[in-house]
Amino acid sequence: MTRLRLPPWLVLLLPAIIILAAVVLVPLVLSFYSSFTAYQLTRPETLWKWIGTFNYRKAAGDANFWWAFGRTVLLLTIALNLEMLLGLGLAVMVSKVTTGQRLLRTAMMFPMMFSPVLVGFQFKFIFNDNVGLVNNALQSLGLTDVAIPWLVDGHLALFSIIFAEIWTSTSVFAILILAGLYAIPQDPVEAAKVDGCTPWQSFRFVTLPFLMPFIYIAMAIRSLDVARAYDIVQIMTNGGPARRTELLWTLIGRTAYVDARMGYANAMGYIAILLSIFFTIYFFRKLTAARSELGMGV
Amino acid sequence: MAQVQLQGIVKAYGALRVVHAIDLDIADGEFVVLVGPSGCGKSTTLRMIAGLEDISGGALRIGDRVVNDLPPRDRNISMVFQNYALYPHMTVRENLGFSLKIAKRAEAEIAKAVTEAAEILSLTPLLERKPGQLSGGQRQRVAMGRAIVRHPDVFLFDEPLSNLDAKLRTQMRVEIKKLHQRLGTTIVYVTHDQVEAMTLADRIVIMRDGRIEQIGTPLEVFETPVNTFVATFIGSPPMNLLAGRIAGGAVELADGTRLPIPPGHGAAEGRAVTFGVRADNIMPVGHALPPTAHMAEVEMEVQLSEPLGTETLLFAMLAGTEVQAKMLNPRPVPLGERLRFQISLDKCHLFDADSGVALRV
Repeated sequence: MTRLRLPPWLVLLLPAIIILAAVVLVPLVLSFYSSFTAYQLTRPETLWKWIGTFNYRKAAGDANFWWAFGRTVLLLTIALNLEMLLGLGLAVMVSKVTTGQRLLRTAMMFPMMFSPVLVGFQFKFIFNDNVGLVNNALQSLGLTDVAIPWLVDGHLALFSIIFAEIWTSTSVFAILILAGLYAIPQDPVEAAKVDGCTPWQSFRFVTLPFLMPFIYIAMAIRSLDVARAYDIVQIMTNGGPARRTELLWTLIGRTAYVDARMGYANAMGYIAILLSIFFTIYFFRKLTAARSELGMGV
Repeated sequence: MAQVQLQGIVKAYGALRVVHAIDLDIADGEFVVLVGPSGCGKSTTLRMIAGLEDISGGALRIGDRVVNDLPPRDRNISMVFQNYALYPHMTVRENLGFSLKIAKRAEAEIAKAVTEAAEILSLTPLLERKPGQLSGGQRQRVAMGRAIVRHPDVFLFDEPLSNLDAKLRTQMRVEIKKLHQRLGTTIVYVTHDQVEAMTLADRIVIMRDGRIEQIGTPLEVFETPVNTFVATFIGSPPMNLLAGRIAGGAVELADGTRLPIPPGHGAAEGRAVTFGVRADNIMPVGHALPPTAHMAEVEMEVQLSEPLGTETLLFAMLAGTEVQAKMLNPRPVPLGERLRFQISLDKCHLFDADSGVALRV
């Protein structure tokens, strides 16, 4: 009787291979497969109903899907840019503080410590048109006497969501940029002063180029975050009113679990992933360019 | 071009004073070197002239303006840093032209100034490179180029050569000297290396603990040091110092060895003194010490010899103190050999034992 003998390297790698297969490979293959079927959660037998690229073609022709796609890109663009500017400002200000800087740094991190779901609830309350803080404040100050429908009006609702998103995550930029500010060599900054730069010029021509790699890292991290935005939106508006704040993943989540059309949701999911991949590649290219610009190697 | 005047300049961090009211007049076109051990306040002084450190007290004039409260950009100075401080994201050309670009000069004028500076410092083939692609010496030249394109009133150098290897340092030292001869701009140069100070300076300022110990030409500070600190800091190897007492019109060392008081010096009978003699002025008899008017002889036991080629450094014991002597026309010296040494008294010094101050009359 000959026993099957596996090569040692395979035996040693087997635990890792089994775990990876169980948690990554199988779900990935299964979800990808199901995107080519008419799989519905409520009718398990549909998992075997092969419909080819129908789901993908359907998504490509689905206006709701593309609106959600576009809205996600819009949210991402606005939120990321504003967070970057605010985070940069915050980091520069904190870096100038001499006493109590540790405390400030810690306080700056607070918004990141809350669950996004709770932040969603909090802002849902703050922007509520009847009992919300914002309307109460505006009315008490006599600035308006109407109840502004922050979460009901389509444009205002998107604004409110962006506001909440920025509130939670500006500190990601602030912390990373602050780390960048600490890492900047002082010599070139001093050389710039002697070379005749105003404080703004030193910042613009010397400090900022040093910070760009840090900004792009923050951008890459946050672009993945925002591209999969779900919780805050789900809580604050549930994609409403009339799909005006529907993002990719609220749409996909609804399709998968409310409408139970898992096959179609998976197909949309795979298209949505392309967006994340695109932004990741884009920001990493930028990062590499900024680093080589500084002579930091590739 | 301009003169620089420091009047009672003080630097204090809270209660801690690091520069104690120093006075220094630097003439237009002069090359002044601030030298001293680390922590003596020389770099702080330079940074105050540059405007990178606040001045806590006193008045600083560049040209005829008091510049205490002007930011660096309004002082018309340029500075070369120890770590080059180049802008890593700019090419050599952009590094050189940066200050002119900031000053909103015309493109053509910038190009001309950059070409000229690159020419002077042989940087022309490197203009399109980034600092990361340059060697240490090349970076240092770019840093100097960046300083000269602006034709500032004053150049400030903060230990510019200390990151270079010995050979390159010697070479760059010559280039800096040539640059000064060519441009004639006032230079304030900080170093802890007394050889750099001696070779470059029109005048040397020796600092210790935030105070100026002596100001003078390289030869003045070498030949007539005002105290034992300057005497040992300037010159290599450092001046030998022998503790003694004035007895019977001569310096009597601990073991009873008697040395005549050097000409030009004097002290009261019984006073505790320090006798100073450089290695160049104490040599074994028969080793071609140029005869001077006043000579003395001592006998010492040789403990160690360091052959350097043209000369040999001898380490010998005299009255319990190690003395370094030089031997021209070297020959092997067996350790423990007792030799007679000649001393040129005319080049020796006498200091007060407590204060270290030179006892000249």
